[in-house]
Amino acid sequence: MTEYNFAYLDEQTKRMIRRAILKGLAIPGYQVPFASREMPMPYGWGTGGVQVSAAVLTPKDMFKVIDQGADDTTNAVSIRTFFQRTAGVATTTATSDATVIQTRHRIPEEPLHEGQILVYQVPIPEPLRFLEPRESETRKMHSLEEYGLMHVKLYEDISRHGHIATSYAYPVKVEGRYVMDPSPIPKFDNPKLGDMAAIQLFGAGREQRIYALPPYTQVVSLDFEDHPFEASKADHPCGMCGATDSYLDELIIDDAGGRMFVCSDTDYCEARQTAGHKGKDAA
Amino acid sequence: MQANTLSGGFTDPATQSAHAFRSVMEAMARPGAIQDIHGAAPPAPLSPAMGAVLLTLCDTQTPVYLAGDMDCQAVRAWLAFHTGAPLVGPAHCMFAVGKWDALAPLAVYPIGTSEYPDRSATLIVECSELAASGATLTGPGIKETATLSLPELDAFQANRTLFPLGLDFIFTCGERLAALPRSTEVTRSSSEAITQVGAS
Ligand SMILES: [Zn+2]
Repeated sequence: MTEYNFAYLDEQTKRMIRRAILKGLAIPGYQVPFASREMPMPYGWGTGGVQVSAAVLTPKDMFKVIDQGADDTTNAVSIRTFFQRTAGVATTTATSDATVIQTRHRIPEEPLHEGQILVYQVPIPEPLRFLEPRESETRKMHSLEEYGLMHVKLYEDISRHGHIATSYAYPVKVEGRYVMDPSPIPKFDNPKLGDMAAIQLFGAGREQRIYALPPYTQVVSLDFEDHPFEASKADHPCGMCGATDSYLDELIIDDAGGRMFVCSDTDYCEARQTAGHKGKDAA
Repeated sequence: MQANTLSGGFTDPATQSAHAFRSVMEAMARPGAIQDIHGAAPPAPLSPAMGAVLLTLCDTQTPVYLAGDMDCQAVRAWLAFHTGAPLVGPAHCMFAVGKWDALAPLAVYPIGTSEYPDRSATLIVECSELAASGATLTGPGIKETATLSLPELDAFQANRTLFPLGLDFIFTCGERLAALPRSTEVTRSSSEAITQVGAS
């Protein structure tokens, strides 16, 4: 496979991304601009995350890719194969065995440990974007810690719905300074962002931003005294493994509209089933 | 051009710089944690760790300031050959290289702007010792506290007050390194304070 650069990107590009990652770690939650490169896959496939993975992987890594919790989607399989070929990494689906995990829209259920790196694919890195379309303005708002509008938007949710309706990409404040978009993970995952033992890196390809959370960083979901943040999920156990503590996907299982709730983290669910746990829908 | 100008770089740049970067990244993500770093054999007075950091992070896009005795013909030639990094004064550098005393005063280095705090210098400090003892560190990347032998305290405490602006530091010694980003709080550890009282 000598026609490829190691991990696809040329050395100068990886150096540029690596420098951005270091500044991101030094300023937790701040979005570092970088010169995103074309990758041999469409933008919707997480080219930001792919570039960050390319910059951190070594041939000794054990690489895992999840797409909304699943290791076996087309997206996850093709990114895994891509780095197997270009960086010579070994791959795994077991969360605990992986050294680098690239993810789209989930944090694994199993707590991560020191020495692991979680790389997020980010579509829209700017948490203030839907309030203010101009980059020059949002940059100013971050510099002045002008986050009042964000609270107003969340509070409008409360007055309209009786609760904060935002359930994905729920904004967080990092170390009491930067408001950050955690990517479209369910808010159920938000409490895992803070105090995590692993390094968390976020890459947005189209928007050309990299940001980071070092291990053991304070991350707080925005909320109000009279409406505290709640990490909600469907109020069911997993139909396959019986877990009551995992984030669930709702599946339609027959033509009669029968439904079933099952762990979105397929590795977590399969490991539990292998260990003998059984849900009510398990065969 | 001297023979050692051409040698001492990575023999397998792509994988060696990938490994070296992981050491630097782990160091920056876990302030005070000492990491091993290998693969470079630069001319004195650069340590192997310093050489590896420069090979991993520097190129024609990164202005470098060589402070004190680092600003010698051997280092200039080696850095130019292996990275192509332009040499500049401290006010315009992205990376500064030197022993602690030679890097002073810190006020001249870029600390970023309020809208782009990332546009700040990283100082790579060549140290004669690097040990997990001395000053107490707290902040992002540190579970409870860490300890690191720092050349002094005041400069890092003053740097912390600039957050989110400020300088980031990498300390190199032999084939090891540690880092101290601007987010780290630095205090005198209690045992050190007692020693100092006892000595005075
Ligand atoms: Zn399950």
